[in-house]
Order: sequence, then structure tokens, then C-alpha cells
Amino acid sequence: MSQPHPGSPNPPESVGPPESVGQPESGDQPESKSALGREPLAAQSPAAQSPAVRLREGRGRIRLNVAFFALCVATAAISVLTLIFLLSSILREGVPYLTPTLMTSGPQPVPEEAGIWPALTGTIWVCTLCGLLTLPIGIATAILLEEFRPRNRWGAMFHGLIQLNITNLAGVPSVVYGILGLTAFVGMFGLFQVPGASGAPAFEQGVQYYDQFFSEGERAVLVPVADRDAPMSEVREGMTAYDVDLEPIEVHVIEPGGDYPEDPEVLAYTLFSDAEAGRIDKRAWYYFRLPFGRGVLTGALTLMLVILPIVIISSQEALRAVPSSLRDGARGLGATPWQVVWNVSLPAAIPGIMTGAILAMSRAIGEAAPILIIAGIVYISRGPQHLMDDFTVMPMQIFNWTGRPQEGFHGIAAAAIIVLLLILLSFNAVAVLIRQKLQKPLS
Amino acid sequence: MLEPTVTMQEKTITPAPLPRSPQETPQSAAASAAAIRVSELSSWYGDFQALHSISLNVPERRVTAFIGPSGCGKSTLLRWFNRMNDTIAGARCTGTAMLGELDLLARSTDVVDLRRRIGIVFQKPNPFPKSIFENVAFGPRLHMRCSKSELQDLVEWALRKAAVWDEVKDRLHAPALGLSGGQQQRLCIARAIAVGPEVLLMDEPCSALDPASTLAVEDLIFELRQQYTIIIVTHNMQQAARCSDQTAFFYEGRLVEVGPTEQVFTKPARKQTEDYVTGKFG
Repeated sequence: MSQPHPGSPNPPESVGPPESVGQPESGDQPESKSALGREPLAAQSPAAQSPAVRLREGRGRIRLNVAFFALCVATAAISVLTLIFLLSSILREGVPYLTPTLMTSGPQPVPEEAGIWPALTGTIWVCTLCGLLTLPIGIATAILLEEFRPRNRWGAMFHGLIQLNITNLAGVPSVVYGILGLTAFVGMFGLFQVPGASGAPAFEQGVQYYDQFFSEGERAVLVPVADRDAPMSEVREGMTAYDVDLEPIEVHVIEPGGDYPEDPEVLAYTLFSDAEAGRIDKRAWYYFRLPFGRGVLTGALTLMLVILPIVIISSQEALRAVPSSLRDGARGLGATPWQVVWNVSLPAAIPGIMTGAILAMSRAIGEAAPILIIAGIVYISRGPQHLMDDFTVMPMQIFNWTGRPQEGFHGIAAAAIIVLLLILLSFNAVAVLIRQKLQKPLS
Repeated sequence: MLEPTVTMQEKTITPAPLPRSPQETPQSAAASAAAIRVSELSSWYGDFQALHSISLNVPERRVTAFIGPSGCGKSTLLRWFNRMNDTIAGARCTGTAMLGELDLLARSTDVVDLRRRIGIVFQKPNPFPKSIFENVAFGPRLHMRCSKSELQDLVEWALRKAAVWDEVKDRLHAPALGLSGGQQQRLCIARAIAVGPEVLLMDEPCSALDPASTLAVEDLIFELRQQYTIIIVTHNMQQAARCSDQTAFFYEGRLVEVGPTEQVFTKPARKQTEDYVTGKFG
């Protein structure tokens, strides 16, 4: 290549050396002396090269490459080492507390007897419900935004507005959603408030109120009443009454100061005629109320607000990754927009959607802040029984225990963290499995 | 090959019109009748005018080739015939294109039914990420209710028709994406004819294929014109010359010349056409 080729198919800009070809030097080509033939980059002597195409010095380039690689390794190592350090300290502290008691018992004043059962079941309830609520809404929203893009100007503006909102909502701190949940779900903006009766739900289904008396035999006697605000029932012989298991019983009434019956069976349900009751309620598994109050449903709805933007965005990305040629193919066969979505876009996007949804769920499991605002109760000895039941969740329980001064509670909190981490890891494992098993090439 | 499948067809698809067999519609009778009549069709993408007042007749059961350099509007015109342009923001058109009594461009036209009657095959083979069988059964399932055995007959018929049956009959339930490019394209043609269209639009169906596959698809096009009106957009002038009956030459959004293929290639009326078909530009 040292010899220029006069007949080479050079573009006119890169003229050969004038001295060899004998052309007059053109004024607008001051570098033409150094342009050697058609591959100036491969020219040998640095002196002959034009400044613009001079080869970079090899050493510095390679050194920069090595330095960048080292930087990448170092940053990766820092994050991994931090994780290992945290995990090992939690394992060291928590493993001794990983006992059957931990899994089966509720919060107790003594660390050795305390457990996570109510928190664990609360977490399962809230997150399952949250997933059931979030998935349909999130996927439907993503389908609307991706597959049914409006084509007129106002529609496009509205679409853009919603899109912008969702993107921004994904970055809102979760505690803000807690406040929103408190207003929208716990109190429902005061829409269903009964005037006067503070805290009483305006609408209830699946609940029965009882007046609870304590008999002289020290057993509870339950007398059903019509509703929460019914007048106190009067004690009389032969009234309808139940024991704690709601088995019908016969009540024996004696006058104040009268003699106790001899028979212990009769004594068990003996009341003085001036006995005073407390009003209690028994809620069925289908108990429902408006407003929702601080129950499981509220927790699920609030967590739904937290993860809905994430689910929508990840579902949108999964749908966007489906090649439009597939949609065109279905459309060209005469598929309606819905048939395109249902038969082509959604099946192709479902692995991506599921992966995103599961990762969002694992975020919901770890959230403490919104639950802290809407529920705020930790001392619950049993798991939720119905949608409106009080509940607590694992992060709340952990948060509470770590705040205690006793060493034992820190250990038990570490043990709870281990359980929580295991749940999260298994969730992520499912996400990876789905990605690997279901994801297939689309074109 | 046709005899048994035709009877299958008759029993198969009661709810929807079927691919007609050659016996039912003698080719000679309607040989030169126009299947699609286009008049004064102009089209815009936003402010850009892509087509200028195109008028053209597409003869029934013939192959019409649209040729022209890139960006001349031939694909745009093709995609108006089955309204694939509807999904493109800012695309609009004026004028008419009639398929029989059906105005293809009217707002009130049932696009879904229109696309069943006018099938399309795209430039790049785009089988669904499903099995070969599911790909062909996709269209029929959208439009009609048929039993499993009827569906199987229909799938076999379509695959035979698209000359790909022998290659895939042993692996009907294997993923369609495992086929070669040419097989995928013929599968897409089978998929298109399984819903019983009258017209087949082909948007550069061979441009992503190797020469051997191209030949197979061209043979198929030649075969299919006995039953279907075919419009093929192509960059390959030899291809247009080989397999079309009528050729339309487009340049910069205008229809320069349309006529029998032989005439367009040997005695073009316009200088531009001559320059293009002899390879002086484009």
C-alpha cells in the first residue's frame, strides 16, 4: 500500500499523493500529501499519517482497559462482600432462634417464647390478596397502554399523561401510599361514617353481636342481640343463650343474694338476675364491612398501590418486546384487536409479565412502611380469619423486635429476617424458573 | 391431491366461505374480470403524500406485480387493500378501492371480515411462536367453529396447498420457528389461505429468502393463481417477470405504467419504466 494506485476507486476527496500522480495540489485538500492510497489508516510511518487518523498509542489504551475492568470487579466485589457480611451476621445471630416455637407462637413478652406465626400468616394473606388484585389490574392497564394506543391527538395526549403518571408513581415512597391507603381504604374518605357512633362501620355483613355474661360457674354465657347498638339484654329464665362454642345452653337465674345451686352443671350457667354483660361480636369468615377499616383487605389494597406501577411498567416492557410482526400476522388473518392480544401478544409476553409480577410481589412482602401506617398493630396472637381481620406482617414484626432493648429480641428478629429472606429467595427462584422454562424465541 | 381435500372442505367450513376449488369456479370464465378496482387513491403519512391518485384494476385469479424503487408507495398501496395501514398513526387516504361491491377503504367496512377475504403474507416470515399445526389453525379458529378432525383436515389442506405438507407432516406439533426461512414463509402462506381468502397480498415475500426457497415460493405463487387473486410487491424484476401476469410500475408515489407483464418488460410505453426494468436506476 505504499504505492498509490492511480486507478483505484477512491472517492475524489482522498486524492493520491500529488507528486506521484502529477496532479496540481488542490487548495481544499491540505492533507492530501499524507493520504496514501485508499487505506490511510494502515499507513506505516507515523510521519506520513494525517493527524486525524493517527493510530493511538497501544500501551495507554490497554492500560485504560485493564483499569476499567479492575474498577468493575472492585465495585461488584464491594456489593457482594457487603451482602455476604450482612447475611453472615444475620445468620450468626438468628440461627440459634430458628426453633419450632418461632414458627408456631405469637408475639410474647419473653423472647424465648415469641414467634412469627401471626406475622407469617398475615404476610401470606396480605400478599396473596395483593397479588390477586394487582395482576389483573396491572396487566389490563399495560394492555390498554401498549396494545390499544389511541391514534388521535387528544387520545395520545391522555395516553401520554397516564403513562407519565405511572412512571412517576413507581418512584413515590411507599409511606406516601400508606397515607393514601389510610384515607382511601381505612376511612374511605369518611363516606360511610355513621354520625355519632364513632368507629362503627356503616355497613356490615357476616357478623353477630352477643352480650357476654360471666356465670357464677365462671363460664361465659352469650346472648344474641340484633345489632351493635341494641339495648342490653335482660337476664331471665329460659332466654336464648349459647356457650363460647355457640352451643345452645339453658340459663339458670337466681336473685341477688340467693343460694347457688348444688349441681356444678347447673352452676356453670347460673346468672344473677342483675348480672351485667359486655357486648362482643363473632365474625364469620366472609365478614365484610364498609369502610374497610384496618384489616387485611386494606393492607392488600395499599400494597397494591405500591406495586401496581411496577407491575404495569414491567408488563408494558414485556408486551413491547413482542415483535410487531406477530401482531401484524394475526391482524392480517382477520383477528380482532382482542384476539390479537389474547392469542398472540399476551402468550408471548406472559413469561416477562410473570417475572416482573413476582419481583414486584417480593417487594410487597418486604414493605413495612405503608403497613405501619394503616395497621400499626403488632400484638396479634393469631393469623387473620377474614378479609377485615386485624393483621400484622413480617417486616412490621421484625421492625418492632429490633427496637426492643433486650438482646433476645434482636436474635429473634434475625431469625425472622432469615425466614423472610427464604420466602423472598424462593419467590425469585420461581421468577428465574419461569423465565427459563417459558421464555422462548419469538421470531 | 385436490380431490379428497375438496370434499373435506365442503364439509368442514359451514359457517364461513371456503377456498373455492378450481372445479367450482372455471378459470376461463372470469379470467379477466377485475377483482379489485382502485380509483383515484391518494394516501398520506402525516403531511407526506405517499400515493398520488392511483387508478388500477387487479384482475381476478391472476398475479399482479407491483414494482418500483424503494419508497415508491407500492407497499403502501398493498397495505391499504386489507387496511394494515390502519394501525399506523397519521396514515390516511382518499379515493376508493372496491373488492366486488365492498368498499375496502370505507370507514364502515368490517376490517376483520375484510382481512379474512384479503390475506397478506409479509416480507419477513412471521410464524407465531407456536407449533406448525397451531400456526395454520390460528386463522380458522378466529373465524369459525370447527371440530378437531375438521380442523386437522383444514390444516392438512392448507399445508398441501402451500406445498409444505411433505416437509412438515411428521412434525406438525414441532415449533414453527424451527423451520427454515423458506418453509416458514410457505407456512405463512398456508396460514393465510387457511381462512379462505379471495385475494392474497404478498409484500416482498421472497426478499428474506435464499434462492432455493425463493424458487419454491415462486412456484407456489404460480400454482396458487389458479384459485386466488395475487398481488405481489417485489424489488426483484426477474421475479416479477417470472411469475406475474400483470405488472404495475410505481415511481415516487405515482403509477407510471400498468400492463401485461410481457409488455411492460419488453415494450414499455414510458421511458421511466424502461430505465427501471433495464436496471438504469432503482
